[in-house]
Amino acid sequence: MSRGEAGGHALDIDELTRVYGDSRALDGLTLHIRPGELVALLGPSGCGKTTALRIVAGLDEATSGTVSVAGVDLHRTPANRRDMGMVFQAYSLFPHLTVLDNVAFGLKMRGRGKRERRDRAAQMLELVGLAAYADRYATELSGGQQQRVALARALAIEPRVLLLDEPLSALDAKVRIQLRDEIRRVQSEVGTTTLLVTHDQEEALAVADRVAVMSRGRLEQVAAPAQLYANPATPFVADFVGLNNKVPAHVSGGRATLLGVGVPTLPGSVAHGVGTARVRPESLTVTGDPAGSATVASVAFLGAISRVAITLADGLTLTAQMPSSAARRLAPGDRVTVGVQPDGVLVVRD
Amino acid sequence: MVISGRRAARTLREALPLLPFGVAVVVFLIIPTVTVLIGAVYVDGAFTLDRIAALFTGTALSALANSLLLSAISALVGAAAGAVLAWLIVSAASTSTLRRAVLALCSVLAQFGGVALAFAFLATVGLNGVLTLWVQQLTGWNLAGSGWLYSLGGLTLVYTYFQIPLMVIVFLPALEGLRSQWREAAVSLGASTWAYWRDVAVPLLTPAFLGSVLLLFANAFAAYATAAALVSQGSPIVPLLIRTALTSDVVLGQAGFAYALALEMIVVVAVVMAAYRLVVRRSDRWLS
Amino acid sequence: MTVGARWTRRVLWVGFGLFFLFPLYAMADFSTRSRDGRTVQAWANLVHDEALYDAIAASVLLAVLTVAGMLTLLVPTMIWVRLRARWARRLVEFFCLLPLTIPALVIVVGLRNVYLWVTYLLGESALTLAFVYVVVVLPFAYRALDASLSAVDLRTLTEAARSLGAGWFTATLQVVVPNIWPGMVSAAFISTAVVLGEYTIASLSGYQTLPVQIVLLGKSDGPTSVAASLATLVFGFVLLSALSLLTRRRRSTASVAR
Repeated sequence: MSRGEAGGHALDIDELTRVYGDSRALDGLTLHIRPGELVALLGPSGCGKTTALRIVAGLDEATSGTVSVAGVDLHRTPANRRDMGMVFQAYSLFPHLTVLDNVAFGLKMRGRGKRERRDRAAQMLELVGLAAYADRYATELSGGQQQRVALARALAIEPRVLLLDEPLSALDAKVRIQLRDEIRRVQSEVGTTTLLVTHDQEEALAVADRVAVMSRGRLEQVAAPAQLYANPATPFVADFVGLNNKVPAHVSGGRATLLGVGVPTLPGSVAHGVGTARVRPESLTVTGDPAGSATVASVAFLGAISRVAITLADGLTLTAQMPSSAARRLAPGDRVTVGVQPDGVLVVRD
Repeated sequence: MVISGRRAARTLREALPLLPFGVAVVVFLIIPTVTVLIGAVYVDGAFTLDRIAALFTGTALSALANSLLLSAISALVGAAAGAVLAWLIVSAASTSTLRRAVLALCSVLAQFGGVALAFAFLATVGLNGVLTLWVQQLTGWNLAGSGWLYSLGGLTLVYTYFQIPLMVIVFLPALEGLRSQWREAAVSLGASTWAYWRDVAVPLLTPAFLGSVLLLFANAFAAYATAAALVSQGSPIVPLLIRTALTSDVVLGQAGFAYALALEMIVVVAVVMAAYRLVVRRSDRWLS
Repeated sequence: MTVGARWTRRVLWVGFGLFFLFPLYAMADFSTRSRDGRTVQAWANLVHDEALYDAIAASVLLAVLTVAGMLTLLVPTMIWVRLRARWARRLVEFFCLLPLTIPALVIVVGLRNVYLWVTYLLGESALTLAFVYVVVVLPFAYRALDASLSAVDLRTLTEAARSLGAGWFTATLQVVVPNIWPGMVSAAFISTAVVLGEYTIASLSGYQTLPVQIVLLGKSDGPTSVAASLATLVFGFVLLSALSLLTRRRRSTASVAR
């Protein structure tokens, strides 16, 4: 996948704070996005991600902190001069204009000539695969098609930054997957610096170069998707991204002991004493063992993989994940031994 | 199309409970309307266009002209001022108490005021009106002297008092249908406030606005109570001409003239309302 | 919001406020004026003046009858049309909204013959106006009831009631009605306001309802007619304000219950 670098500008968010009366929607958010990069802002509702996006767009004002593009502070720049393309969750296409006129709107605002507008708009529609729909009206298009037009419209003005506010949330599951790949492809081709806001962690992991996890107005962790998944820095990230088992563990000297196995601890873990370790289902090993102390509670076949629920001797239930070919040998009631693969685990005190 | 006996029987059974409603509507709405339609063209059982011809004589024509003028001016002024007021209400939506009070007042003035509005203006700018007396004390000028309140100009002023609230009620939903995403999208694409209004908001609101003007026109044309309460003698507009035709004990058989005038009224209102429905359909698609 | 915009807004609000509220103030002033101060004579006349009092009573009774007639006629019809006679729904809607296109003036002109029959059968009381008033309030009542009925899953409710043994009548009364209460109250309030202000049909048919009496009185006793007019406006305002308060509270409890 080629990465166009010509269109990229750096986006810098420094100590961004937004206070509403008593509540802090944003609490000192700092994020540096490199030119051409796609960063996903991920978090549950109310974590402040949309607030941050709107402040970057200029639709809302920060209480303190700065937003800069290519080193220039945007504090005094009104929203309509920031040269940012924005895609909203839904209903943002102008109903009285055709698809082509919608896409050309930004160019009209910039005073471009009719021919130039039409050509550029057609080019953008070609990019998102909707050239045939140029003369239709927004209400005649499906949700997925409307969002593609919205994307074309945002990109037509060659924005310095592309902002996406939960663009897939209002769509059906299947369309969502198609469209997120589409967004990724288009973004890579054009190379615009992009900030994507979403509450869907699968979407964030699939599409972004880096994922910034937010909670309650603060940044929890910023890392590449694989990094984030394997090495969560805080309990919130560990719980929010991917599935997790919580297993009691004992820590001493940089190693944790759980389920009878010793494994290294990840940065952010407690240094000493008793805590709870976060273990991914695929990191648990399950072996059939007539002398084992654990029992299989259920086996759920999910296609390529299966999830096996296991009850330990002390009553704790764990969920393990394995290829279905391995799970086929297990049945409810079997006795098994459970272990952990020796990757690092995050242990927290709670 | 072949309707089986069974199907017909079922339809009949389902239609039976609708009978009371049907009877009420037919007896008290359809029959009077049909009576008017027939009465306008049938005299003593014979078809004749005499009564309709009478519509084109002096008094009737000037009444029609006055009615059309009154309706048009009060509709345009009401629509313009009402749109502004509706915009004020929408942008101040936060305090719901104020907004609810304003909308309740608009409802009362627009639809249930009638007679009361005439007296409101009599009390303000009538011969002994509060404003008249104040101005008289201050400048010696008699505001009500010429009796202008009872003329077409005065009627127009009083009509705007209920046209503006009606506009608010009819136009507010359209304003509320303007999604914030459209404004924000336009802004992010580089539109100034002026450009947003010119290229997005006004085109979207125009059908609703036009429709509202039509509705206000029909409303003014058919209005009776306020004018009747204000103008006790004379018939400058069509509704008052109907009153004269119905209550006049000078010329018998004026009732026939009333039928023709009522027919004229139906035609005008029906045409305007048909245009209204056409225009509003597009607006509904965009703004709801 | 720029400073200029804020001031424009304020000026506009004041302008509209003056235009609409000043005549109301003028009515209050006019109706309480006496030779050297204030008097409530005009307002007392609302009760003391016999003709006026009778007219008020007649109008109030008319409103009650109209509301009763409207509800009895419209609620079962609209429920039936949604449950059993779907094909008639558009038809019913058309006829309910038709009075908006047929001016009251036209109705009264053509009403003569019909009312000859009505007075022959039921006498000369002004209360016979209730029949035609039910038709006049149809558009307003229909809209209010339609909104309420659309918000409720009618089919499920009635089927549940029937499956538990309720007959049609009981089902309607005890199951559906409590759920469309806001719509019914709304329709009732609005219909009342319409009836209390209706002048066209009443005056041209020769009945003495409140608005008719106010106009008659206006020729001889200005202050009293102004007082009665103001009372009508205030009452209508109170009615509709109460309505909007009621429906707002209902909506919030309904969403909590969900």
